[in-house]
Amino acid sequence: MAHDTNIRKSPENEPKCRPGMFLAQPFTFIGEAVIGWINGLGTATVFLFMALLKTFRPKQLSKVVRQIYYIGARSTPIIMLVSLFTGMVLGLQSYHALVQFGAQGAVGSLVSLSLIMELGPVLTAIMITARAGSAITAEIGIQRISEQIDALHTMRINPLQYLVSPKIIAAIISFPLLTAVFDLIGIFGGYVSGVVLLGLNGGVYLHSIQTYVVLSDITNGFIKAIVFAVIVATVCCYQGYFAHMRKDSHGAQAVGLATTSAVVLSCVLILVSDYVVTSLLI
Amino acid sequence: MDTPLIEFKNVTKRFGEQTVLERVNLQIYEGQTTTIIGLSGSGKSVLLKHIIGLLEPDEGTILFRGKPLTEMKKSEIATSLSQISYMFQGNALFDSLTVYDNIALPLRETTNLKKAEIDRMVMARIEQTELAEAAHRYPSELSGGMQKRAALARALITDPRIVLFDEPTTGQDPVRKNAILSMIAQYQRKFKFTAIMVSHEIPDVYFISNRILALYDKTIVFQGTPEELGNFDHPFNNEVISSLEGLQKELTGLYSKRQFKILNHVQLERRRHFKNVNHVQLERRKSGESYCVVVFTLSNMDAIISSLGHDAAQEVIHSLGLYIDKHFGAIGGFSTRRKSNEFVTMLPFSDLVEAENILNAFVKDFQEQGIRDIWAETQKQAPSVKCVDFTIRAGIAQGQPIAEIDAVIDSAESQQKEIGRLRCAVEE
Repeated sequence: MAHDTNIRKSPENEPKCRPGMFLAQPFTFIGEAVIGWINGLGTATVFLFMALLKTFRPKQLSKVVRQIYYIGARSTPIIMLVSLFTGMVLGLQSYHALVQFGAQGAVGSLVSLSLIMELGPVLTAIMITARAGSAITAEIGIQRISEQIDALHTMRINPLQYLVSPKIIAAIISFPLLTAVFDLIGIFGGYVSGVVLLGLNGGVYLHSIQTYVVLSDITNGFIKAIVFAVIVATVCCYQGYFAHMRKDSHGAQAVGLATTSAVVLSCVLILVSDYVVTSLLI
Repeated sequence: MDTPLIEFKNVTKRFGEQTVLERVNLQIYEGQTTTIIGLSGSGKSVLLKHIIGLLEPDEGTILFRGKPLTEMKKSEIATSLSQISYMFQGNALFDSLTVYDNIALPLRETTNLKKAEIDRMVMARIEQTELAEAAHRYPSELSGGMQKRAALARALITDPRIVLFDEPTTGQDPVRKNAILSMIAQYQRKFKFTAIMVSHEIPDVYFISNRILALYDKTIVFQGTPEELGNFDHPFNNEVISSLEGLQKELTGLYSKRQFKILNHVQLERRRHFKNVNHVQLERRKSGESYCVVVFTLSNMDAIISSLGHDAAQEVIHSLGLYIDKHFGAIGGFSTRRKSNEFVTMLPFSDLVEAENILNAFVKDFQEQGIRDIWAETQKQAPSVKCVDFTIRAGIAQGQPIAEIDAVIDSAESQQKEIGRLRCAVEE
């Protein structure tokens, strides 16, 4: 009897499929995913905190300036292009919608408020994620898998201070500036389509902007831009920094997947946080 | 013996279910070159990463100058680790920085030195590592050997007391492999740092190592001098040394010291067998019971390296080894590289008179043609060098089967005299 009991207790002799297992599997999967996500969130928060702690250290300024150039200055042309056509489309759509009610005079305010409060910060953040965020993840990921980050450790150089902190600070500075560029060029795009192409009065267009746009709208837009900057920079740096710990792949493939994850996660978090911040600011 | 600089006591490291190091005990002493040898994937790099603090042991203790790291304050650990530099297997150079910037990076980030001072120190290292023309190029634009030198220059820029080399010769051709090892040995002597190296390059690493640590089956099975390793009776010697030694002929085309001794032993055994089965012939060849050993030395290696550079200096050794082997191999002799600049040739069936005649013929041939051939090969590595001075010495000694081969070699070495000299590409 004792022998029988031992057999039953042995894990390899346990039945492979118990009736409850099928029911439990989805909950196990969801539970593991949620725990993993919360773990990741916690680690990323600590990662951000540690990087920010390293901000005000000597020799950081030149690195921050260099990153502002890469993240900010070099993203300007694409931001200008996207904002111009976004403004033009907004002007076109809003003109055709408002003209039905004889309210085409409000095109300027509609275009400018849409851009300043919503589209400017969101589209700027998404464009920078696509252009600079992916590059940040790939750069740090390659540095990780080629042991360059380990080399920094051996040289007594803190990798968070050297690699991550300047990027986060540069993003916090660049995002609002690029958002401002986006807003201005977008409003100009609305002017081109509404006034130049569709014959709306230019004075009316500008006057409606002056009348309906208040300082808090602009401030709120910039607050969003800063929130997005922190999210995008942290997510992109974090994904690259821990590319070697991915369970789904290794080496160059891990860097590729980390880059994809960084872009997708950043975009999703931009939209989620946009709702949260908007609901808090309204 | 002195307190070890670094000591492992029962260090165990696991990655998940896999145990990589198990109860590892080792001692590393200050000022020496210690080489850790073992097969690929045996945990050599993991062991090295424990020394620099990139990994921590799951069990056991690591002591630095006799004090456990676990009992040190954070600042003490930082001070200890700041004396260590690490040269990665894959170099780990920053590919977005030029060679100059890579080498300057530790100074810029961890010191408050002025720009001019950093520039002076970096340029000095660049000159020493023969990277002047590559200073403003990116790592991806350099050859493998130049990348290694850049990584070495970066590792040495902070004047570390301890330098760890993780397979510094990986992916290099035989001449460059030996050039890198020679460079490490030269810098170790010059800057007096403690070198800890992981390598497969058997027997080449023996020439520059004071101590060998053998990692086998997750633990250190041998600690001692390269000579002591030759007498180490353990499966490691058969399984690891033999398999790695298969590649040893790359640089010189010669036997390793171990294979040389085995070959010598086999020759003597054959002769004993011959003695047992054929007394008549034995009597006839009685005078042939002795053998002769010739020791060749390329003098003043440091001066050659400083004139020609490491690569070309290794080419001189390579060509000399080939030339000796070609000449003596044709008449039944066999040779080995004994030191980085010394060769030993065994003439198993010659007495002293016969061996001297053979050597004289070699010297004549060498002076007429050999030295020119060696210089011609060397100039391919260093085409800009027009003037160099090197001397080759040789000594001969007769041994008996009962005599220790090492004593005969020492005797030959002590009787060396100059057999060839090259100065400014003109034979004298």
